[in-house]
Amino acid sequence: MFPQSSDQALLAETTKKFLEAECPLPKIRELADSTAGFEPEFWRDGAELGWTSLVVPKEAGGGSVSEGGVRDLALVAYQFGLHAAPGPLSGTNVVAAALGRWGTEEQQIGPLGALLRGEAVSAWALAEPAPHGGFGQVGLRATETPHGFRLDGAKTPVDGGAEASHVLVVARHVSGLSQFLLSLPCPGLTIVPLEGLDLTRRFARLEFDGVQLAASSLVGAAGAAAPDVEWLTDLAVTVQLGEMCGAMQWAFDTTVQWAMNRYSFGRPLASYQEIKHRFADMKMWLEASFAITAQAAAAIDSGAPNRSELVSAGKFFIGRYGVELLQDCVQLHGGIGVTFDHDLHLFLRRVVCDAALVGTPSEHAARLTDILEEREAGR
Amino acid sequence: MSDTAELESVDAFAARARSWLAGNMPRAADGLGGYNPVQRNDEAELAHIARCRELQRMLFDGGFAGICVPTAYGGLGLTAAHQSAFNREIRGYEYPADTQIPTFTPCMAVILEFGTEEQKRRHVPPILKGDAFWMQFLSEPSGGSDVAGAQTTAVKDGDEWVLNGSKIWTTGAWWADWGLCLVRTNWDVPKHRGLTVFMVEIHQPGIEIHRIEMLNGSREFCQEFLTDVRVPDSQRIGEEGQGWTVGTRWLYHERTISGGSPYVTSPAGRPAVALDPGGGSAALIPLARARGLLHDAHARELIGESHALGLVGNALTDHIAEEIRSGAASEQAAAITRLWFGVSAVRNSTISFELAGPTAVAWSQDEREIGRKGIRFLMRQTSCLAGGTTEMSRNAISERVLGMPRERTVDKDTPFRDIPRSRPAGSS
Ligand SMILES: Cc1cc2nc3c(=O)[nH]c(=O)nc-3n(C[C@H](O)[C@H](O)[C@H](O)COP(=O)(O)OP(=O)(O)OC[C@H]3O[C@@H](n4cnc5c(N)ncnc54)[C@H](O)[C@@H]3O)c2cc1C
Repeated sequence: MFPQSSDQALLAETTKKFLEAECPLPKIRELADSTAGFEPEFWRDGAELGWTSLVVPKEAGGGSVSEGGVRDLALVAYQFGLHAAPGPLSGTNVVAAALGRWGTEEQQIGPLGALLRGEAVSAWALAEPAPHGGFGQVGLRATETPHGFRLDGAKTPVDGGAEASHVLVVARHVSGLSQFLLSLPCPGLTIVPLEGLDLTRRFARLEFDGVQLAASSLVGAAGAAAPDVEWLTDLAVTVQLGEMCGAMQWAFDTTVQWAMNRYSFGRPLASYQEIKHRFADMKMWLEASFAITAQAAAAIDSGAPNRSELVSAGKFFIGRYGVELLQDCVQLHGGIGVTFDHDLHLFLRRVVCDAALVGTPSEHAARLTDILEEREAGR
Repeated sequence: MSDTAELESVDAFAARARSWLAGNMPRAADGLGGYNPVQRNDEAELAHIARCRELQRMLFDGGFAGICVPTAYGGLGLTAAHQSAFNREIRGYEYPADTQIPTFTPCMAVILEFGTEEQKRRHVPPILKGDAFWMQFLSEPSGGSDVAGAQTTAVKDGDEWVLNGSKIWTTGAWWADWGLCLVRTNWDVPKHRGLTVFMVEIHQPGIEIHRIEMLNGSREFCQEFLTDVRVPDSQRIGEEGQGWTVGTRWLYHERTISGGSPYVTSPAGRPAVALDPGGGSAALIPLARARGLLHDAHARELIGESHALGLVGNALTDHIAEEIRSGAASEQAAAITRLWFGVSAVRNSTISFELAGPTAVAWSQDEREIGRKGIRFLMRQTSCLAGGTTEMSRNAISERVLGMPRERTVDKDTPFRDIPRSRPAGSS
């Protein structure tokens, strides 16, 4: 996807081999009927390969294979996309990154340690139902109590919300955004599993009705979490970008092969100019997706001031053209492309879910305009 | 410094360039650099070109022209990384925007690759000094996509060649100095085997230049009629009959116009012609404001889309250039960047036009700036036509990058004389 150091290439290669062995596509289909969508041993073994520690600072027990943990994670996410792999890659890494940076010692020793070892999995609860359904809107209230805080409101859809042992919740406090770490189950919190598109990914709606929390459940300072939430948003989106790139690659390669081997009117589909030209467009979308993903991940790693700009450009572009690529691959397969038996839909599902969550392409375009406007005002 | 001496580090070079630019180069009026897309009258056009010559001379005298050109021909003998560093440093300064294309690439690139030692020593230094502007004489009235189907003919006469025929769509031939000209020297062999390339002085008695008005009023498009033009054999580039060997590399260098050429000096790393001439996505904010649309959700999405395309395009350009440099992709991959700039410029033009709304089709004196968006929109497809069409790049990507079956051709093994050809426009 992008030039890699030898250590990064090794991480990508071991992840690839492991996923090929542990979750070939027939296995993904089996997991569709399971409750969690993945098996605990699978996740523990993955943690040993490094999947959970890449974006956690060394001091907090994490470690990347290069000086760029987010780039490392994007490479793993690419492999996840390429194999339509199951597992809480995004939720666990986002929460682990948060705890590794802003968590208390207690949070780092307990929950973070379990996440790093792959013994626990977590979810990040950002999105909300109407009237706060827009990207980045937070209506869930955190109010102070004599013992700490109480939370009221709802979050949906929460990726992995029903399987998580811990949920990091973004809430609005009078003084500003705040994040809280909850361990599940938790009195006052109702978890409603949702139906969804992805065969192995489980989503839930979380309803908070006077959920009581100790003050020690805060992650970062009360009211000051807005920049943290932005950063975590960029990280979560970058995981999606890597994953979408992988799924696009699978669909593209598979469809190129199909077009070379499938004959119509006595010649391969790939010999018709109309079809060749569509592959040319797809190839361009694919390479552009790789390029912007690499830059977005690198910008988070280096703390570049244009980090959110590159991330949102990536999400706008891949969210729009990644989905187009998958749908065009379906089209070029003909009728078989819309069957359950063909594997293409596993990847279509993955790309469509990633495109729609943590900000739609349109919402990320609007975020870019906000950035441009701020820049203009700042001049 | 000789080519074999140890090269100056990129950082040291960049630092030297920074201080030289600060002390010597004028600041660009618009903060971005020289390119002014407004239609100019002839007098203004000539003044603009004269200014480009002057700016190029300043770069040369300062020791910053031809960064990747060997020292033997007046360049610096440095690497693409040095050129990229210089492109970053020159942001905000005036620079010779119109020298870049097609003079430095593809024309000079072709001369450097195929010219004899003597030809390079004669023709490259004047280019670096801003004394010679070059044009591509490729397209003909009978067709431009099928470059190898050239019908302009050269017949040998002693030490000279006699050229007859016509080239067309050359932007700026009326003021330029030299043309790189692809012609047919043999009609009795298949099309790709009968071609030869010549360097031709544009202003000479046998060449008549007609200016063609574009639909936006520009008269930079030209058609050249060649009648018994005598060209010495010493101005032949490459072997006789080997014009297509030169031609395929020529088209490659032409594709690097969209990004990745080591010979282009420009703040964005590619020439202004490949950029959105509307001033980029930042300019869409004042446009939306002027139209009272800044708080309209759809308008904000369009502006963000345009900005995203710019950022993704930059990332793609770097990525493809790097893949080619490292050998991970073949040079054919340059067609991907070319296709991107075609389609993204089209999309940007549409976005500008949509934001400009009715004002883009009828404007008052003080709305002229917005009105220009309409004229640009009428010219929208130029980004997918000039420099080889996007259909040609899609052919190259699918056939040369992805290895899909080539289009069937009827002209491979038949003498060129016998294959069907376009009739001249207007005849029946
Ligand atoms: C602004 C501008 C500047 C230019 N400057 C120069 C210049 O300096 N020098 C120069 O030599 N030329 C120049 N050109 C010409 C340009 O290179 C040609 O216009 C272009 O290559 C197309 O050739 P054509 O116009 O003859 O169209 P044609 O080749 O006749 O093509 C017409 C249409 O058919 C499509 N087409 C043709 N063949 C195929 C095929 N096999 N498969 C699919 N589609 C096909 C084309 O893509 C196009 O859409 C310039 C053009 C523009 C617009």
